[in-house]
Amino acid sequence: MNTFSVNNNGVWFRSMSNKGIVAWVLGVILTGFYVLLYFFPYLLGQGSGGAPNTGIIALFDPLSYALKGKPASQWFLYGTLYTVAILGFGVKFLRKYRHNKYEILRTISVMFFQLGFAFLLPEILQKLNKPYYDFKNMWPLNYYFFDAYSLEGYLSSGTIGLFMLVWGLLMIFVISPILTYYFGKRWFCSWVCGCGGLAETAGDSFRHLSDKSIKAWKIERWVIHSILVFVVVMTIGVLYSYVYDHPDKLLVTRNYLTITFLTVLALAGVFIGSSFFKGIQKADRRKALIAIGAIMALVVVAHLGNQKNILFIDNGLLRQWYGFFIGAIFSGIVGVGFYPILGSRVWCRYGCPMAAILGVQQKLFSRFRITTNGGQCISCGNCSTYCEMGIDVRAYAQKGENIVRASCVGCGVCSAVCPRGVLKLEGSAFDISDRVLV
Amino acid sequence: MNIIILGNGISGVTAARHIRKQSDHKITIISSEMPFFFSRTALMYVYMGHMRFKDIQPYEDDFWLKNNINLLQTHIKDIDFEQKHLLAENGDQISYDKLILAVGSKPNKFGWPGQDLDAVHGLYHKQDLDAMEKHSKGLKKAVIVGGGLIGLEMAEMFLSRKISVTFLVRESDYWRVVLPEEESKMISRHIKHHGIDLRLSTELKEIIDDGSGKACAVITDKGERIDCGFVGLTAGVHPNVAFLKNKGLNIGRGIQVNEFLETNLPDVYAIGDCAEMLAPKPGRRPVEAVWYTGRMMGEVVAHNICGNKKSYHPGIWFNSAKFLDIEYQVYGHIPSDLPKGTETLYWEHPDGAKSIRINYDSNSRVVTGFNLMGIRYRHDVCNKWLSQKANIETVLENLSLANFDPEFFKTYESDVLALYNQQTGKSLQPKRKRSLTSVLSFLKSK
Repeated sequence: MNTFSVNNNGVWFRSMSNKGIVAWVLGVILTGFYVLLYFFPYLLGQGSGGAPNTGIIALFDPLSYALKGKPASQWFLYGTLYTVAILGFGVKFLRKYRHNKYEILRTISVMFFQLGFAFLLPEILQKLNKPYYDFKNMWPLNYYFFDAYSLEGYLSSGTIGLFMLVWGLLMIFVISPILTYYFGKRWFCSWVCGCGGLAETAGDSFRHLSDKSIKAWKIERWVIHSILVFVVVMTIGVLYSYVYDHPDKLLVTRNYLTITFLTVLALAGVFIGSSFFKGIQKADRRKALIAIGAIMALVVVAHLGNQKNILFIDNGLLRQWYGFFIGAIFSGIVGVGFYPILGSRVWCRYGCPMAAILGVQQKLFSRFRITTNGGQCISCGNCSTYCEMGIDVRAYAQKGENIVRASCVGCGVCSAVCPRGVLKLEGSAFDISDRVLV
Repeated sequence: MNIIILGNGISGVTAARHIRKQSDHKITIISSEMPFFFSRTALMYVYMGHMRFKDIQPYEDDFWLKNNINLLQTHIKDIDFEQKHLLAENGDQISYDKLILAVGSKPNKFGWPGQDLDAVHGLYHKQDLDAMEKHSKGLKKAVIVGGGLIGLEMAEMFLSRKISVTFLVRESDYWRVVLPEEESKMISRHIKHHGIDLRLSTELKEIIDDGSGKACAVITDKGERIDCGFVGLTAGVHPNVAFLKNKGLNIGRGIQVNEFLETNLPDVYAIGDCAEMLAPKPGRRPVEAVWYTGRMMGEVVAHNICGNKKSYHPGIWFNSAKFLDIEYQVYGHIPSDLPKGTETLYWEHPDGAKSIRINYDSNSRVVTGFNLMGIRYRHDVCNKWLSQKANIETVLENLSLANFDPEFFKTYESDVLALYNQQTGKSLQPKRKRSLTSVLSFLKSK
């Protein structure tokens, strides 16, 4: 039958999409795969100490040689499967949403960025003996950007290395805020990002499993912002270590570094604290300022005490913990492994520090919002149900209020499934400070 | 003050929420249907597996406790308006200081033989949904009677379970009593395109008993017998007022209320589907059984009970629906047959599944209504044009302000303008591109 609206028939009846046995089996398989990948790569056939690959990984050797002239690794295997998943399920998504041009363009975009920017380009760079670099990724999602080995890589790779370093900084401090101002965080989270790309395509069958309760929203805000604070502290520590350990490598001295940190943090504080930007509640503003103040205090204490370690424990250890608990367990094992049980955007919603930063920007100063069309809402709940971020869209729509939420990744599915044409993703600079109000 | 609200649909619940916003009165909502408020319009999506029943409940279960709104699930047998109390089925007397009747509608049955057989149902209550679910097991074929919104929703529900549907429609085309001919034909085509056996100009004559008290076939007015395992009766609704008659409450088609939604009895109000306006505003009908008016009445009655007297002004008519894949929106007055003195500009996409209609007055050229199929328009913009009595040409030149389709969708406002130019020999040009900034500044302007 040739239909032209989104077909969600039977979504809650199928074992796969309603946490049935099939879903649990898939969850266990996915989780198991991540455990092997992160902790037991030799079981996947990863050769160590120069030994050739065997098993599954060996199957990917030919492709790896073709791309970069080196044998495959578990990360090459992962990258290839990840890309295949986004492309394959992307095609499925394109079919399901074929009558919605926004969804079509957005999906082609995530497929393109995954294949070109996340997969092919970094491999080609490696072939050319340049550092591995994903130009669309940025700190803090790319938390190893400021690691010693990354910095060494950029600094020892001539002009292109320097460009990578500058590009990375520009992405964080200039390009992403500007794009978020114009388009909301969706420009990254649902058009470009690889985690988002996988969630939107392979995870689409599980988007409705996100928890919509007010309690989940509370937990979300605490967890995601705690991780943001953690990654900031960890990164400051890692940079301090680098400067301490390589006093003559950079023009940057410890003094410079401290001044830079304090300046950036103070700016962020003024920015968030200033009442010019509406949209954040007083209590949340206070919490943010306390967190920023605490980090600044840590920087000052470390500096005055001539301490290398920011949290009185080895910075390297902090970095290891972050990589293990957040980078591996949260974003991989829980984030993707639990797709069939917790929904597709668990990492993006509760964990991703990049999403946290872009979310604050979106809430404070973006043109973006989801407009509610006057009084046309019938409170049916399709929008809330299919919101992968667990936003209770209906709660706003039925009151005729626009939706401006830090977590909204702008996937557009609420608007696509609304049977009354009530929701529209759009932007304007006309009323940024009071776009929350009707 | 002790306020009892009878009915926990959108009207009653909106009234309760707004009374709570404005006061600390004791509020009790009574319903026999379900313990918590749910979106009646979304029942179909539960059957189709788009949502679970709990997903169509707009508020979390503890919302009511948090807001100190008492919920009582019981059936009210009788009301004593003189003693100001209600009689529940278990014999309890429930007294009130103010009573809001928000008792909704009942599906119409026109005395068809067999209309009360098993496997014959309307689609109104949660219980109807449960019945549909029960009878769907092994069901191959359903017959639906009544050419309106609910009938088509029911058809879509059965289609989602691969149950074939014959749809009996009395009129010459689907929903022709409301839709103009072109739109009506468009939806008729669309219904057939989905594989529904649409029988136009066909009425139900009789429902046949299979011998066990269950429906097994229908006979149409053409004498044809159609075998089926389920009969859907969706020939509209009427106010649920039978149990309130002869108690001193003035009842016409519905419970009669003045502009403050007060009945003839002191401290008794009626809102939503069951209310009949004694003096409806121009262009509005006395009984309007739609979601949106129920919500607006709930808000108004809350003001009146809390002492901020306010009359009911529903404003300019709007409504929306979805016919299988085709979304429908209407703003203002679009009669099914064009009255004298009104002109219409009707544009239809070559795919036959999208259209834009704008009606305007022949003399003053003031726009009177918008009718959209498969294209979303902005409520606030249309409303402003209609309330400001905007000229058709102003509207056409600025039509992109009204477009509410998602980003990147193809827009057709210039085609509509071109059609007008072609019909009138004028050469109007579009004045704007689609942009939210233009919309916001238009809405803010005087």
